[in-house]
Amino acid sequence: MIWNEKMECMQPQDLKNIQSERLGERVRYIYKNSPVYKEKLSKAGVDPDSVKSIEDLKKLPFTIKEDLRDNYPFGLFSQPLNKISEIHVSSGTTGNPTVVGYSADDLKLWGEVMARVLACAGAEPGDILQNAYGYGLFTGGLGFHYGALTMGLTVIPTSSGQTKRQLKIMNDFKPRILGCTPSYALYMAEEAREMGLNPRDSSWKIGIFGAEPWSEAMRKEIEGTWNMSATDVYGLSEIIGPGVAQECPHKNGLHIFSDVFYPEIIDTQTGQAAKPGQPGELVITTLTKQGIPLLRYKTRDIVSINYERCCCGRTSPRISKIQGRTDDMIIVRGINVFPSQIEHVLLGIEGTQPHYQLIVDRKIGELDELEVMVEVEEKFFSDEIKQLHAFEEKIRREIESTLGVSARVKLVEPKTIQRSEGKAKRVIDKRTI
Amino acid sequence: MKISQISIFLENRKGRLYEVCSVLGANKINIRALTIAETEEFGILRIVVDKAQEAVKVLKDNGFIAHLTDIVAVEVSDEPGGLAKLLKTLNDNDINVEYMYGFVEKATDKALMVFRFDDPDKAIATLSQNGIRIISVKDIEGL
Repeated sequence: MIWNEKMECMQPQDLKNIQSERLGERVRYIYKNSPVYKEKLSKAGVDPDSVKSIEDLKKLPFTIKEDLRDNYPFGLFSQPLNKISEIHVSSGTTGNPTVVGYSADDLKLWGEVMARVLACAGAEPGDILQNAYGYGLFTGGLGFHYGALTMGLTVIPTSSGQTKRQLKIMNDFKPRILGCTPSYALYMAEEAREMGLNPRDSSWKIGIFGAEPWSEAMRKEIEGTWNMSATDVYGLSEIIGPGVAQECPHKNGLHIFSDVFYPEIIDTQTGQAAKPGQPGELVITTLTKQGIPLLRYKTRDIVSINYERCCCGRTSPRISKIQGRTDDMIIVRGINVFPSQIEHVLLGIEGTQPHYQLIVDRKIGELDELEVMVEVEEKFFSDEIKQLHAFEEKIRREIESTLGVSARVKLVEPKTIQRSEGKAKRVIDKRTI
Repeated sequence: MKISQISIFLENRKGRLYEVCSVLGANKINIRALTIAETEEFGILRIVVDKAQEAVKVLKDNGFIAHLTDIVAVEVSDEPGGLAKLLKTLNDNDINVEYMYGFVEKATDKALMVFRFDDPDKAIATLSQNGIRIISVKDIEGL
C-alpha cells in the first residue's frame, strides 16, 4: 500500500509548488527563530522574503556537520527546549556528539514518514513488526517504533542484541516484518541454525534494513537465507533518523519523501548541482521540521537520483544506494565511527597521539569487527606484559564508552602502519559489502 | 646493586628476533642473559648485555622501542633446592618477584639468576643480609 498517496504520488508541478511554498515558510521561520541561522543567512546576503521558489534554494548557504558540533548542544535548534519533546544523539567527528531535538509535531512527522517507509516496504496495517534496531539515543529503534504506531502495526520492541531471544520471539510470535541492520540479519541466520531452526521457515517475509551500507550481493544472500524480501531504508539523525527514503518492492532506488526532505545532488568537485543522473553528495533541506530544521545539509553520502515515476505509482524521486562518502566516516555494526574519534581517545589516554590504524572486517555470517592497531611508543612501553595488556584494555574500554562500539586493540611496532606521503592511512576496510 | 636490563617490544613476526640480535652483534654488544615473554600478538624481549646504554642507543637508532629497567642479578647455588632456598628467603620477607630468568654463563660454580622485583632496593637489602651475593655491573662486563 501507499501510506500517503496524495504526497507520494503527486504530479511533479503540484509537488514543486508545495516544496516552494514550504521552503519560503521554513526559511522565514528559521531566520526568525535561530540566531545562528540568522547570522549565517545574513552573511550569505539572503533576504528571507526573497525565497519564493524551490529554485531559490541554491542561493542559500550549506549546513555542515561542524555547524551542529560548533553549536553543541542546542545552538542550532529553532525552538526553546520547553518545546522539544525528544532528543537524540549520534557520534560526532571529534569530541562533541551531534544532538537533534524533535518538537511534538516533528515526532508526528517522524511517525508519518516511517509509516510511509513501512508501507513502501510492503507492510499492511495489522502486521507485526519485530523491531531489532537499537532503542535509545540511536534513532533507529524509536523511529521504527513511531512509524509502526502511526501505521497501526503491532510492534515488538526487541531492540538490538540478545539474538537467541530475538529468534525465540520470531518463532513464537510470528512477526511478518523485521527491522534491523543487514549484517545483523545475516548474523541471526547463523545463530538460528545453531538453535536448530531453519531460517527459510521463518515468519519474517519483509525486512527493512539500514543504518549501514550494503550491496546487492548482500541482499541476495539475506533473501536466499531467510526467504524474505529485503529492502533498504535510508536516514540520518540530522534530518530525522530513519524515514528519509525507502525502497518499494521493485527495489529500483529508494523513494525520498521530497515533500518534506528536499534532495539536491551536488558535484563534489564543483560544489554545483551534479548533472542529472550523475552521482554526487546528497544535500537535504528539511521543509517542515520545527525543532532543528536544517537548510541544505550536506549528508556526505554519495548517491545519484532518478526523477522518473516508479512503476509502484510513486512520483517521489528515487536515490541510489549509497555509493560512498565524502569523508572518512565508516559504519561499524550500524554505528558511525570517525577515525578522528579514535585519535581523540588515544590523545586522552596518553597525552600523546600515537600512530594508529583502523581495520574493519566482516567474516561471512558474522558482525563487523573493528581492530585498532596502535604503534607502541616509548612513553607507554613497559617491560611487563600485564602493563601492556592493561594499556590495551584501557584503550578498548575508552573506545567502547566513547564510540559505543567494541574494538580489538592490537599493539604494533613503530613504523609498521603504512604511510602514504608521510600520512598514515587511517582506515582499511576489508569488508566486501 | 642493581643492573640494567633492556626490554624490547617485538611483534610476533618472523625475523624480528634475528633483527634485534644482528643489530646488537654488528655493534659488538654481547648478550649475557635473555628471555622472551610472549602473548598471542606481541612479545617483550628482555636482555642483559655488557654495554647497556650503548645497546639502547643503537636499538632506538634502528627503530626499536627499547627501554631500561632495574633488575637484580644474584648467585644461586647450582644444586637441587638452591633456587627454592633463595625463593624462601624472598617469601619470608614478603618480597614479590615480577619475573626471573637465568644467565647463559657462570662466573663461579654458582648459577646466575636475574630477578625483577617491584621493590628492588628492599630485595637487595634482604638478600645481602641473608648472605646472598648480588652481581655487579662489573661482574657482568667481565663474564
